[in-house]
Amino acid sequence: MRFHTLAIPDARDLVFGHAPHPVTTRRGLVLGAGTVYPELNFTLPPMQVCRETLPDVKAHYHQIVSEALRRARDLHAPGLVLEFETLLEMTMTPSIGVELVELMNGLCEEAYQKHGFRSEIRLTPNDSRDFDRPPRMRSSSHLDAMFELFERGAAAGGDLLSIESTGGKEVHDDALLMCDIKGVTFALAVLGVRDMRFLWARIVEVARRTGRIAGGDTACGFGNTAMVLAEKGFIPKVFAALVRVISVVRTLVAVEEGATGPDKDCGYEGPYLKAIAGIPISMEGKTAACAHGSPVGNVAAACADLWSNESVQNVKLLGGFAPTVYLEQLEYDTRFLNAAIRDGRSTVLKVQQLQVESDVHLDPQALVLAPQNVVAIAGEMVKARTYVEAARRGALRALDLIEAAIGEEALLCSEQEQGWLPRLREELNAIPDEESAFVEQMLPALDLTKTIPAEYGL
Amino acid sequence: MTEPNDLLDRLSTAVELGKTNQAAPYPPRLRGQPGADELCREAIAAGLAPQEILGQGLITGMSRIGERFSQGKAFVPEMLLAARAMSAAMVHLKPFFASGQVRRRGVFVIGTVAGDLHDIGKNIVAMMVEGAGWEVVDLGVDVKADRFLAEIERHPSCVLGMSALLTTTMVNMEKMVGEIRGRDAERPIFVGGAPVNAEFCRKIGATFYAPDPQGVVERLAKLAA
Repeated sequence: MRFHTLAIPDARDLVFGHAPHPVTTRRGLVLGAGTVYPELNFTLPPMQVCRETLPDVKAHYHQIVSEALRRARDLHAPGLVLEFETLLEMTMTPSIGVELVELMNGLCEEAYQKHGFRSEIRLTPNDSRDFDRPPRMRSSSHLDAMFELFERGAAAGGDLLSIESTGGKEVHDDALLMCDIKGVTFALAVLGVRDMRFLWARIVEVARRTGRIAGGDTACGFGNTAMVLAEKGFIPKVFAALVRVISVVRTLVAVEEGATGPDKDCGYEGPYLKAIAGIPISMEGKTAACAHGSPVGNVAAACADLWSNESVQNVKLLGGFAPTVYLEQLEYDTRFLNAAIRDGRSTVLKVQQLQVESDVHLDPQALVLAPQNVVAIAGEMVKARTYVEAARRGALRALDLIEAAIGEEALLCSEQEQGWLPRLREELNAIPDEESAFVEQMLPALDLTKTIPAEYGL
Repeated sequence: MTEPNDLLDRLSTAVELGKTNQAAPYPPRLRGQPGADELCREAIAAGLAPQEILGQGLITGMSRIGERFSQGKAFVPEMLLAARAMSAAMVHLKPFFASGQVRRRGVFVIGTVAGDLHDIGKNIVAMMVEGAGWEVVDLGVDVKADRFLAEIERHPSCVLGMSALLTTTMVNMEKMVGEIRGRDAERPIFVGGAPVNAEFCRKIGATFYAPDPQGVVERLAKLAA
């Protein structure tokens, strides 16, 4: 662990729209410097993506982006980030992804030149290493295509480089379904951390070479998956809350390697990164209901610098095509937050208090996103020497806060859920601080048909 | 000596609560007591019919935990532990399957469609179907139609299950169902996944859309009846 102090030690400074280390983009969006911007993410309706269908695919992207830019201008949005989270085929055949970036960047540039409207593209290739089973994290042939898209996509106008990397996911998936907190910690704080170092050193290098911004990662396949499974009643919410906290240590590695933010939205670990490293973050909540349900719709915005809808299909709704409709919703959400910022600190803190209060008593996953709790948990994490220790300390502190809230009748938590708390604590307490001791403990139990330790340098 | 019904009750309880064997620490309230492993052996030694052991012991236990899961009173890990306990008992029933004394309800071949890597939901379905007494052939992720067709050759009366989690891989599901239908018009094909719905199921010529794992189990039970 390279961070041993908090960039934001006072929870009253962990607010939306401001980050200690703002990021300025090519066309002049300043993220984390007093304005919350919408970040629109979109995907295709059911259709095949290949060379033959590329004209249709491009027509969709042209329509999505041009209408979103026009609507953003009509609504006097201060700016816009468009997240191009590629579909698998666009990463596997990088030229497809690059052509789409070129198309979108052209539209962004036109809006800038003609109207002075500032927008940028977040380029998020797939982590297609997941295609190999077991995944070959360091020797996969898919790495070449991934990095070709990063490199050429950045050159074509992808400004903010991001990824939802999957290091450790093959171990994490099983641990998630078994509510095995040791397995989760091993997957995230050992395998995930090691893979993040490997991957982000290269992404940061691409950003340096191309003059772009190394945005950040997110534990979407971990924290977000846990949340969605908990929403379906498949796993306890208290467990999902701990998964989110533990995922912070792996995502933080991107910043240690040189990522500057804005961090990506889906895993919801952003507030911790902001508290620890001071980078601007993107978050998603109530306006991401188009992609999945969530118990953190309001509190998720409490520290956001970009506000995202996660993903929406390009289908027609009564109000227009869905991405344009969601752009409008995001713009009104952020307009409200920006009005609070303009009104001053006390209004910001009042709005934030309402964001927190409206969610925090109903779900432990919301509880661990309340700024006061984020600072308490993050403060515990930075005391650690190792990532494993940070994960364990953070999770135990989160558990303390959850139990205290239940004890004060300030958190709705079923008896069935509460039954898991002692077991989670017992298992967390059994995790050693040193990575080597933890690896020694866990390696014999790993299913080697599903994971290759050598691909993580083990 | 334990009464046969009592033995089957204990076996079904061991499965329901995920008590794999005597040494297993989970669940704490059954610590030190025999698990599904020992109780199944005991049932065979007591001369109980293997089909009865499977039906009244193992499948009953899995049905009970499945019902609690459907009611929101149990989580997936509890289901998984029950499935493990069932597997520990099934080891002892294996010779009876080989000799034909015990039969599964059928064969369910499941996979995530070509181009799609999402498998958590598919794995939960596979586990629940297996617990309901079906033999499950899990083809994994990124599965093309020819692999399903090969399994139809191996298991002529099997039911197929396909999952897709992306709007772009729904298209592959449609193509795959079309390919299979070209060779086998009557094959039951179940489909599921976040972007899939009943209308899409009808449109592509699949047989049944299930919004959740329990829906698959219930429909399969009707098919097997």
